[in-house]
Amino acid sequence: MKPAQFAYARAKDLPHALALWAEAGEDAQILAGGQSLIAGLGLRLADTPALIDINHVPDLAGVTESGDRIRIGAMTRHAELARNPLVAEHAPAIAEAAPLIAHPAIQARGTIGGSLAYADPAAEFPACVVALDAELVVQGQGGERRIPAADFFLGLYETALEPFELLTAIEIPKAGRRRQTVQELVRRHGDYAIVGIVLAADVQGDTLGAAKVVYFGVGDAPVVAEGAARALEQGDVSAALKALNDDLDPPGDLTGGPETKRHLARVILQRAINALRAQ
Amino acid sequence: MTIDLNQVDRPNSYIGKTVPRPNARKLVEGRGQYVDDVHLPRTVHVAYLRSPYAHARINGINADAAKAIPGVLRVFTGHDLKDVCTPWVATLDHLKGMKSAPQHALAVDRAMWVGEPVAAVVAESRAVAEDGAAALEVDFEPLPVVADMETALDPETPVLHEELGDNLTFTRTHESGDLADAFASAAHVVEETFHTGRHTGVCLEPRSILADFNRSENQLTLYAATQAPHMIQSSFAKHLDLPEGKVRVICGDVGGSYGIKVHIYPDEMATAAISRVMGRPVKFIADRLESFTADIHARDHRVKARMAVDSNGKITALEIDDLTGIGPYSVYPRTSAIEGNQVVNLCGGPYDLASYKATTTVVMQNKAPMCQYRAVGHPIACAVTEGMVDLAAEALGMDPVELRRRNLVPDDAYPYTAASGMKFEGLSHHASLDKLLETMGYDDLRREQQALRDKGVYRGIGIASFIELTNPSPFMYGIGGARISAQDGATVRMDPDGSLVVLSGVTEQGQGTEGMLAQVVAESVGVPMETVKVITGDTQTTPYGGGTWASRGAGIGGAAAFRAGRALRDNIIQVAAAMLQSTPDALDIIDGAIKDRATGEERMPLAELGRIVYFRGDTLPKDLDREMVATRHYITSDYPFAFTNGIQASLVEVDVETGFVKLLKHWCVEDCGRVINPQLVDEQIRGGIVQGLGGALYEECVYSEEGQLENANMADYLVPMASEMPDMVIGHVETPTQESELGAKGAGEAGTAGAPAAVMNAINDAIRPFGGRVTRMPFTPERVLAVLGKVPDPDGR
Ligand SMILES: Cc1cc2nc3c(=O)[nH]c(=O)nc-3n(C[C@H](O)[C@H](O)[C@H](O)COP(=O)(O)OP(=O)(O)OC[C@H]3O[C@@H](n4cnc5c(N)ncnc54)[C@H](O)[C@@H]3O)c2cc1C
Repeated sequence: MKPAQFAYARAKDLPHALALWAEAGEDAQILAGGQSLIAGLGLRLADTPALIDINHVPDLAGVTESGDRIRIGAMTRHAELARNPLVAEHAPAIAEAAPLIAHPAIQARGTIGGSLAYADPAAEFPACVVALDAELVVQGQGGERRIPAADFFLGLYETALEPFELLTAIEIPKAGRRRQTVQELVRRHGDYAIVGIVLAADVQGDTLGAAKVVYFGVGDAPVVAEGAARALEQGDVSAALKALNDDLDPPGDLTGGPETKRHLARVILQRAINALRAQ
Repeated sequence: MTIDLNQVDRPNSYIGKTVPRPNARKLVEGRGQYVDDVHLPRTVHVAYLRSPYAHARINGINADAAKAIPGVLRVFTGHDLKDVCTPWVATLDHLKGMKSAPQHALAVDRAMWVGEPVAAVVAESRAVAEDGAAALEVDFEPLPVVADMETALDPETPVLHEELGDNLTFTRTHESGDLADAFASAAHVVEETFHTGRHTGVCLEPRSILADFNRSENQLTLYAATQAPHMIQSSFAKHLDLPEGKVRVICGDVGGSYGIKVHIYPDEMATAAISRVMGRPVKFIADRLESFTADIHARDHRVKARMAVDSNGKITALEIDDLTGIGPYSVYPRTSAIEGNQVVNLCGGPYDLASYKATTTVVMQNKAPMCQYRAVGHPIACAVTEGMVDLAAEALGMDPVELRRRNLVPDDAYPYTAASGMKFEGLSHHASLDKLLETMGYDDLRREQQALRDKGVYRGIGIASFIELTNPSPFMYGIGGARISAQDGATVRMDPDGSLVVLSGVTEQGQGTEGMLAQVVAESVGVPMETVKVITGDTQTTPYGGGTWASRGAGIGGAAAFRAGRALRDNIIQVAAAMLQSTPDALDIIDGAIKDRATGEERMPLAELGRIVYFRGDTLPKDLDREMVATRHYITSDYPFAFTNGIQASLVEVDVETGFVKLLKHWCVEDCGRVINPQLVDEQIRGGIVQGLGGALYEECVYSEEGQLENANMADYLVPMASEMPDMVIGHVETPTQESELGAKGAGEAGTAGAPAAVMNAINDAIRPFGGRVTRMPFTPERVLAVLGKVPDPDGR
């Protein structure tokens, strides 16, 4: 389908972007990589009067190091995240997730900010930032605020971003000795996951200290499996697998019914544990 | 003079060689010309409002808001077009008792499936036309939906077309041999029910048509992406009340068809009708989303099967009961009964069966219409037959290869009439099987399978023999009353510079038909291939023909071109003999020059001969025939169809924790008679296998009980993609048909025919230790897990 008519404006810098947005109204959308937005326009899912292009705003892309954190600009592309050495060293889950997203053409355009703001429940990055205790930096007319990743994803394509608020960066604590892994089940390379998991922990013998178990594709947002995490901290894998019965309540979709999703979630947890231990 | 095509060392021996196809570079460089690339002055664009309901009464359409949008020119409803374009009923006389209902270009008062075109908005651009379609207010009144084919004939199910009395379109039973006795005396009887998933052919180029009605000439020109230009001409002329001669169909480059583009679609007919009313060129390019519900679907079958074997491993009987739901209308003009009919014709096909009984029941329902898609009926028949053979082997405790050896029709048994009544001129099942086993290293694979199983790795090997129906005669459609030509023709012309132009009635869909024709003509005349230009896809200039379907391009179109080339060659030599004061049998044409047959000495380049014929005809004897053009046609007559055969094997690994199936490798040995271009044939086989694998593992049109298509987009409808495709090894056995000098049969559908069966058997071989068995395609992880007993059965069995 062809999109309905919309206006387009290219922002020079951040204040300009915010000003353009205020002028165009709440329903106008920020254009980042366009890999979800443009497809949505073609589907005529929403009435979008205008796009504000932030691809030319300086300083929104790139990865920097500051103290015990790394800072990823919202406009950093998936392809860059897959090859950036700072990311590989300090947030390996992000580096591992990036090549799993779609295909090279989409990785070359798509941005982490767009992925998080779009908040697809089967997407990789939202679960990663939750598992890695990231903080999302957002900028509105009133200035900057920081939102813990755990509080950012509210539901299906729904985030804590207020109207006219732009996501500018993601700050992630350095992994240090913590190990991270991303596992997912997809029918075809690059598809959204049927079930995926991000597991981060301090591996000491059998125990997985301060374990973070975050699923994607099993709810309307990233799902934190608290019970499983507590059991892993005790080094009790079978208790963790059992805990998933309470931790997860996956809705069925075209890829499988709730029981299938639960079954696959157990399989993938076991695989993630194995992967973490093998690192 | 004939050419001995079996002799390897021939001059201009293009036939049998891999030569690059001339149009590949053009397509790769983006210089092809598809319908959407054709821009005519005053063109307008149409978008269709499609029914969001599977079954609904249309109480009214308010177009005021749509018409008020700047750029919207006109809105058409079913009532506006029903007098411009007459409805069609898709039945064929030879399918006894077949019935269907009249179908209009735009739904009149009632919509019958999600996606049926209900109204058309014509605008200055497609985008504005879509704005208009979104602004239409249609008063739909939902009606009861008939979705499930299993209950379509139940007395309590509503009848979709009252005048037909019930929802039955067609049924046929074929029986031969003494079934009752065979089952009574069998050592083993195996039974199973198979489901093949409804899917569709996702063409890279969507369906496209640009209709240009010129009032001053009363002429309709259709630029259409189609497989069968002359069929389109005839059908559009009939229903738009124009003489056939006043409809011209031009078909440039086509981005894949697979059977999708060989039918009459209501939206395309409406586009032409609108052009007729408005007197302007009207363009309709289907978008990817609407294609999911507006293109034909195929393969929605449930087949119950029973097989009897004796204690020696001889199959003594096969009985099948096929049920298929084809949507609310049989598709015009080929009808939607052919697929079921093919299942009856093809089941058990490779085997020497003493008794066979098959029934197909074709019913109507409120889903997208189903019709012929690549390998019509074959993948279904092959999956059922080969699934049953593997079951019988299991019951006997026999290796599945051994059971096939004991039952495949012997290679020296031809001509042979199968239990289904099909006649085979010459097939090579055993030679193909031998070659397959050798190529794949069957015994080593079996050993490896066993060793890995002990380590908890579950690999499976699946084998599938198949037959493929190609080169159809008028017995396919013509005898049923359809104006679909089984004959095809070619005209070959030599121009003054000695170059050749070939005009052919078969068409290029991206598969390389034009390359094949250039090869055949270059060799049959005796010229370098670079000097041959091929033109297809224009009803006004090419010979009348059937086009591309049922794997007939090479076998029929190629055979006609071969004959035309030979005829032109004879004409040229005749003239050369007069010029050179020689005799025709002393001369030959090699490499674009007249040569002395005995010495090989060059006597005259064709360019010189052309110069004299065209510009100095005064120097030639007055009564000398100097026809530098020849037209020949070809039709199969000894056999209704040229059957081919082959065998495939699939090696898979099943992850028994996730139900995921990994395709490790795939083999196919097939026999399409004379191979004209090995690379093109191999590409056909590979592409066909990929489509077959799609049906086996990924593709399914998932409908809700309300008749909603739930995965009508490229994210949720999974087409097979390169990353998941296995390495494929293709081999050939060549049994040329004796019917034509060329000896070519078809190869376009062999891959699709056998791949799903091979994969199904491989999966079941892999999970045999667990006792489960998959029989419902596509074999999704959830379905595999369900038969492994790990999750509930999604199909509620
Ligand atoms: C074929 C295909 C397959 C895909 N597969 C996957 C997959 O497997 N996994 C996956 O995670 N993704 C997948 N994607 C989506 C892809 O990752 C997108 O790039 C991503 O979801 C959106 O990023 P974007 O930069 O393209 O954002 P855009 O499409 O430009 O924007 C998306 C939304 O976010 C808003 N937005 C963007 N940036 C900001 C910002 N800085 N602040 C506030 N709002 C913002 C936009 O206004 C819009 O509403 C796929 C896409 C395609 C086309």
